[in-house]
Amino acid sequence: MKYLSEYRDPKLAKKVLQEIKKTVTQPCNIMEICGGQTHSLVKNGILNVLPDEITMLHGPGCPVCVTPLHLIDKAIYLSEKENVILCSFGDMLRVPGSKKSLLEAKAGGADVRILYSPLEAVTLAEKNPCKEVIFFAVGFETTAPSNALSVIHAEKLGLKNYSILTSHVLVPPAITALMEDPESRIDGFLAAGHVCSIMGYWEYFPLVEKYKIPIVVTGFEPLDILQGILITVKQLEEGRTELENQYTRMVKEEGNTSAQKIINQVFDVSDQAWRGIGTIEQSGYRLNKAYERFDADKKFSIDIEKAEENKECIAGDIMKGLKKPYQCVHFGKECTPQNPLGAPMVSSEGACAAYYNFSTMFKTIS
Amino acid sequence: MKKSIFKLQCPAPKFDFDIITLAHGSGGLLTNKLLESGVFDLLKNEELDKHHDGALLNFGSDTVAFSTDSFVISPVSFPGGDIGELAVNGTVNDVAMCGGIPQYLSLSFILEEGLPIKEFWDILVSIKYAAEKSGVKIVTGDTKVVDKGKGDKIFINTTGIGRIHPEAEIDINHIKEGDKIIISDNIATHGIAILSVREGLEFETTIESDTRNLNHITVKLLDRFGKKIHLFRDPTRGGVASTLNEIASDSQLGIVLKDENIPVDDQVKAACEILGLDPLYAANEGVFMAIVSAEIADDLLQYLRTFEEAKNASIVGEFVNDHQGKVLITNPLGGKRVVHMPVGEQLPRIC
Repeated sequence: MKYLSEYRDPKLAKKVLQEIKKTVTQPCNIMEICGGQTHSLVKNGILNVLPDEITMLHGPGCPVCVTPLHLIDKAIYLSEKENVILCSFGDMLRVPGSKKSLLEAKAGGADVRILYSPLEAVTLAEKNPCKEVIFFAVGFETTAPSNALSVIHAEKLGLKNYSILTSHVLVPPAITALMEDPESRIDGFLAAGHVCSIMGYWEYFPLVEKYKIPIVVTGFEPLDILQGILITVKQLEEGRTELENQYTRMVKEEGNTSAQKIINQVFDVSDQAWRGIGTIEQSGYRLNKAYERFDADKKFSIDIEKAEENKECIAGDIMKGLKKPYQCVHFGKECTPQNPLGAPMVSSEGACAAYYNFSTMFKTIS
Repeated sequence: MKKSIFKLQCPAPKFDFDIITLAHGSGGLLTNKLLESGVFDLLKNEELDKHHDGALLNFGSDTVAFSTDSFVISPVSFPGGDIGELAVNGTVNDVAMCGGIPQYLSLSFILEEGLPIKEFWDILVSIKYAAEKSGVKIVTGDTKVVDKGKGDKIFINTTGIGRIHPEAEIDINHIKEGDKIIISDNIATHGIAILSVREGLEFETTIESDTRNLNHITVKLLDRFGKKIHLFRDPTRGGVASTLNEIASDSQLGIVLKDENIPVDDQVKAACEILGLDPLYAANEGVFMAIVSAEIADDLLQYLRTFEEAKNASIVGEFVNDHQGKVLITNPLGGKRVVHMPVGEQLPRIC
């Protein structure tokens, strides 16, 4: 367990925590962008041990949560068509569409498969030439290279029965949208380590410059997160606003250039709808002209009505960090992971689900 | 006519689902809902109401443990075992968890048309060896064949019966505040081994299912510690989290676990990290939990570790008179979280 157990060492973690406590003198709001970080913060009980001055805000970085309801409905519609195999990452299956989830579509007879890699879906398409194989390609920049690669492979193999239904979201435009929001009260960001391992962190310099805010590229283990918080707090206390990299063991400034090349070969940047937030300009990927024949949205005529989000859900306020999950009147009552009212409760990495699943008794019940 | 009157007298309970999904068989929240508001309510009786892995039946002065289980698994053969071995061990262990000494098994097959005889034979041979190893005789059975496409190669049902150990007083009502929870070996091994060969999720690993009979160990523990053992349970589907939630709920006590004491093999831990799964929710087939009086916990642990199959045994937590019906886990950082009942099967996540 090299590179894992070391970053969970309770003695070291306590040392960093002590240093945070010594350093912080004024209240500050730090937002972790990524749902994986939210999950880790809550699962490891870090929220319970941080000093009162620090408030963690949980950002919109759960790809499952921000996948638009309409697109989930489209995936379900496609899965129920004759001769279609719809493939998806596991955690998309339980997310409710407006009428049902993919898991329920499967129970009703749809051929829905859970895969870990989109390349498996290409293999499925190869093995099933009489079926249309569609991969539900969801995620941040992290999953974009493998989704792009699946399309490149399908092209090389001359497959005509493979396509992807994409909902790709990008982190830097989301940070811009959060900072442009007049209600924003974010003092610093922990950027998502996995996203930066692909994209690097050069994209974040203009954001630090423009919004005068610390951004710290941070990993996912307890020690990573505590160090990320410490670096942010130090900057705030010293009046600095810089881009720093805590996750040096994984992230280089330029990122993984081979992966970026694959992304750029297949995708164009485009406007993207985020569930619970709305459309953010230039914040997603679409298949470009050369590869659009692999776009399931264009390949199939999908004739379904656009469903409305539940108006009782305060997902926007949660994902902008304006409210905590337990400040919602429906939290843990009408809205649970079994019956989510909206985006942040649908995946285990959403802020509401993380609080519901992992918070202490007090917060869960109150 | 009779049938329609019966239906009128037994209106279906109000379920919040219209159809059965896989989650209803996952051992989590939906399985419980289906059983509690459906099966347990309609078929209510003193023996069934205990909600244990099997039933304890009285025949005059003799008490007998009786349990049944059906086995459906894909693929039928997996690293470390096959469905045949699983079908014997699963039921043997359920009888053992009641404090019973498993003696006889029934064996029923539902076979899918087209199953190669070679595969059937291999499974049958596994059954023979597993039965010999557990010390049980297979004394009755049945075979049915369904059309191709209406089964998944082979489904097996086994039912087991055995006399109760003379020293056993396994009863959830005997659990009291301060009782310790002991897990007999590394958890999540079976669940991850199966996942590693499932279509679409294959990954290279040497992780093997832990399927094995546990009756030899439970009998020896009962010989030595008798009434001080308040409960045995094997955390199969739904994993340790589901089983402990059920026990907390039925005992009306709270449970506190220590994260650092939960035994998990490093390779399994790494696979769980990659797939985004929690070992507490993964299935086990060769692990049991013993809930025991605090005063014997250390002695029992030491003795338990002398068995090869339990060398990683650990005291993982205890019962408290607080947060009744709930399971809490603490970590070395000082954080706490609730371990919920899972909704359905765990699904691998995106990143």
